[in-house]
Amino acid sequence: MAFAGRRDAPEPPDFGILKRLARDQLVYLLEQLPGKKDLFIEADLMSPLDRIANVSILKQHDVDKLYKVETRPAPGASDQFCFLVRPRVRTMRFIADVTCDEWSFYLLPLDEDIISMELPEFFRDYFLEGDHRWINPVARALQLLNSLYGPFGKTYGIGRCAKMSYELWRDLEDESESEVQGRKPEIGHVFLMDRDMDYVTALCSQVVYEGLVDDTFRIKCGSVDFGPDVTSSDKSIKVLLNSQDKVFSEIRNEHFSSVFGFLSQKSRNLQAQYDRRRGMDIKQMKDFVSQELKGLKQEHRLLSLHIGACESIMKKKTKQDFQETIKAEHSLLEGFDIRESTSFIEEHIDRQVSPIESLRLMCLLSITENGLVPKDYRSLKTQYLQSYGPEHLLTFHNLKRIGLLTEQSAGDTLTAVESKVSKLVTDRAAGKITDAFNSLARKSNFRAISKKLGLIPRLDGEYDLKMPRDMAYVFGGAYVPLSCKIIEQVLERRGWQGLEEVVRLLNGNEFCVSDSAVEDNPACESQRVILAVFLGGCTFSEIAALRFLGKERGCKFIFLTTAITNSARMMEAMIEAKG
Amino acid sequence: MSRVRADEEEYWHSSKFRAFTFDDEDDELSQLKESKRTVNSLRDIVDDDDDDLERVSWSGEPVGSISWSIKETASGSTSSLDGRDSSLQKGSSSYAALPKQGSSYSLSSLFKGRNKLSSFQSLSDALSDTGVKSYAPELRRPRAEYKDYSSDWSPKDTVRRMQRGKVLIFLKRTLRREILFRELEVRQVALCHLIHFLREMGEQKFLLDLLRFLDRTEEVALSQYREHLNIQDVEKRREFLKGCIGLPFSAEDTSHIQDHYTLLERQIIIEANDRHLEMAGQSELFRKYPRKASILNMPLVTTLFYSCFYHYTEAEGMFSSPTNLKKTFKIPDKQYVLTALAARAKLRAWGDVDALLTTKNWLGYTKKKAPIGFHRVVEILQRNNAPVQVLQEYVRLVEDVDTRLNLATKYKCHDVVIETYRDLKDRIQLTAYKDKVERGSAEEEKIHSILSNMQIRWKN
Repeated sequence: MAFAGRRDAPEPPDFGILKRLARDQLVYLLEQLPGKKDLFIEADLMSPLDRIANVSILKQHDVDKLYKVETRPAPGASDQFCFLVRPRVRTMRFIADVTCDEWSFYLLPLDEDIISMELPEFFRDYFLEGDHRWINPVARALQLLNSLYGPFGKTYGIGRCAKMSYELWRDLEDESESEVQGRKPEIGHVFLMDRDMDYVTALCSQVVYEGLVDDTFRIKCGSVDFGPDVTSSDKSIKVLLNSQDKVFSEIRNEHFSSVFGFLSQKSRNLQAQYDRRRGMDIKQMKDFVSQELKGLKQEHRLLSLHIGACESIMKKKTKQDFQETIKAEHSLLEGFDIRESTSFIEEHIDRQVSPIESLRLMCLLSITENGLVPKDYRSLKTQYLQSYGPEHLLTFHNLKRIGLLTEQSAGDTLTAVESKVSKLVTDRAAGKITDAFNSLARKSNFRAISKKLGLIPRLDGEYDLKMPRDMAYVFGGAYVPLSCKIIEQVLERRGWQGLEEVVRLLNGNEFCVSDSAVEDNPACESQRVILAVFLGGCTFSEIAALRFLGKERGCKFIFLTTAITNSARMMEAMIEAKG
Repeated sequence: MSRVRADEEEYWHSSKFRAFTFDDEDDELSQLKESKRTVNSLRDIVDDDDDDLERVSWSGEPVGSISWSIKETASGSTSSLDGRDSSLQKGSSSYAALPKQGSSYSLSSLFKGRNKLSSFQSLSDALSDTGVKSYAPELRRPRAEYKDYSSDWSPKDTVRRMQRGKVLIFLKRTLRREILFRELEVRQVALCHLIHFLREMGEQKFLLDLLRFLDRTEEVALSQYREHLNIQDVEKRREFLKGCIGLPFSAEDTSHIQDHYTLLERQIIIEANDRHLEMAGQSELFRKYPRKASILNMPLVTTLFYSCFYHYTEAEGMFSSPTNLKKTFKIPDKQYVLTALAARAKLRAWGDVDALLTTKNWLGYTKKKAPIGFHRVVEILQRNNAPVQVLQEYVRLVEDVDTRLNLATKYKCHDVVIETYRDLKDRIQLTAYKDKVERGSAEEEKIHSILSNMQIRWKN
């Protein structure tokens, strides 16, 4: 990727193909079962399925009724049942005796630059349970994308899962006879990153519009349910949020503070457009109605929805002391007034503000400080259990295991841990090995990494959020997301040279492989299209930051993520469910 | 109602220009409000055909959508999809446009590897599979070659096989446990997979045996403790928790488990008593504020709130008294005051609030003290609609001058604002504040008298 000189970012490849492929295969599978049948769909798959097919397609292929997997079929229904489920032990046990076929539906394009695998459980399964079951789908997703949009020139990556996925993908490529060489690639490079390389970014409160909408209303599969408080009516509206929404596409990446001005400008323009009717004669009016009115109406609906959403966000955030929370977060990121932030968190817990939020702040404190001081750990934990319930003892254990909320131990320097591990690898006491690895995972070294990469911008005067100068704008100018900074640095250096210290602090597992068969031609458009793969989830803030970087550097980032995530989803994945 | 409206008006108009914050007094909000007005004013023109909202606005197909259809089936509609034809026509046109068989990515090429790759057969299939051994070649290798597999780094074969869990299920059924466990001990990834699999399947006994074998005592304890979540009956749950106290937790966690048990034990007693009280209808408190939910299985702080609400004056000897809870669970002062304050304010028991924040020193002087800071006190009281007289007493005690002025202005505690400006000797602000108070009121009088006081040396 050549950064010299500003160029317009290339257009993203057409990912509609992915939808059509998935739809065709689904149809093929349905045709394998001729005659009338009832279709049972797992709850998690309903929304993704909605994005690629609809009822009439199913009906055309003799699907009679649709059920959620939990519900029982009505008596007298079709005598053939078809189940669409993820390969989970529990669901399979429920279905019991069946023959199975695989619907290789790995990739759901959520937008022109976002492809999701819709695997929210990836995060917990891999990072907490150490289960590798989802690595195969990741490798096969890469294989599919490579065959459709490749061959990829260079593959960069960091993290153990990234490395395993990469190697499995290469093996799949070696096994398959398909020939992708010689095609003109549409995606030049790939960057794979494990979520545990950067928990900090995912734990921060989001302040770009799309992130705020996700944090506040939960965007599910690219669409959001705006409730009555947003629609100012008695009904909820399901809205698809993507680049086709002309209002949303202009504000999604903006810091929240810029959004109001934009909406106000837009609504004034709209008013002016409508006002033009006043002086019109009948002919002009006719043209207006037939040509412009529909578009204006749509814009009007979008505007009023997003204004409603902004109002609702403001109301909720004001109630939650959002300003105070952000102040505390920024102090944690910068590493000053730790005492004050700790008491802020303590009070947050004592007031039972929100179990998820309290947990998030504690994790942010822990990960930025390389673990909590034992005294603080004990006292915050005790207070948390008292405020939110003693069963969260299990949650704390999970957080410790995954390394999100840990206790500092005296003299526990990185080198000490490292030598401990190398000693223990030969040791047969398996439990201890896990402990050692866990304590290795625990070290976030955030402060040192932040210093090395300059993640906290030095401020002279106010940061102009309307005219961002770097990726820090996605966090109000206070912090450049670590994950995105790593990607920026590696692409700029075309490798890991000069980043040795950062890599060491991140625990290694970095790689950079060039496909010698692919011509490295910087003039080629596709060389400036980069597939950023997030294993364990990616946030809208990270997406906004990289979109910004792409615009600055004249390249285009395509996102492939196991799921869209945010701090609340991550915390919820760590909480032990009741029952 | 009018109060709400006035508040709202002020909310939108009392703005000064500052950098953007998420605080409520912000300039940006008026912009938003204005945009809303503009857009709403256009509503008459637009709202003539509200029915086609979905069709016009969104590319999603809410009516023909699958989620929608499933909801329909679930809600008992027995008609099959044919019955809804008319509403579905719209969606079908989009399909017709798609390449069916003749797509350039031919289906046959897509499914070429289907049988080979078909990852998911039923579990019984997996087990009867004669070729099962080939799934686990590493297990047949001599020990010396195990090196690669014993680290967490798993080569492709293992990854791919592990993803299906077939190896483990097979081994689990066929090998003697001791042998299986010993083999797994050196294969971290496989071990993780088995543990996760056992959790998913709910095979608790097997799991505990494995963890015991591995000497992971803390995990054994946690896994056992976790089971309490599945016990619905409170008596049984209490019994179960009692049994958990002796499990090999860390010292710290043991005390948490002990507390969990004690808490549930107390809650059972309180619940039985209070349900009886409420049913009898004798207690005015329960009549006036009927309980919304049972206190069983609630967190300690919620229990404390409950007890401060319904049992505030009880003697320490009673299990349901707040002081008893405070002692038993060593609740910190700060937490106690915060909770008690919220509970008493909710009941509008301002006297109790006062007492709670009053301390006496050894000479008998009284002093107001708030371990949580008076700005929090004010916030809690305000949220419970405390009258201005009550509120202003605590606003006055907020130490930080700016915060005090802010709160006093926000909640219209005029006396506090006036006195603060007087103490700051800020004549300009005080003069300006005259506009905020009612004409002819005592407050206005007060401002006048201060402004004409010749002894004050104004700073401006």
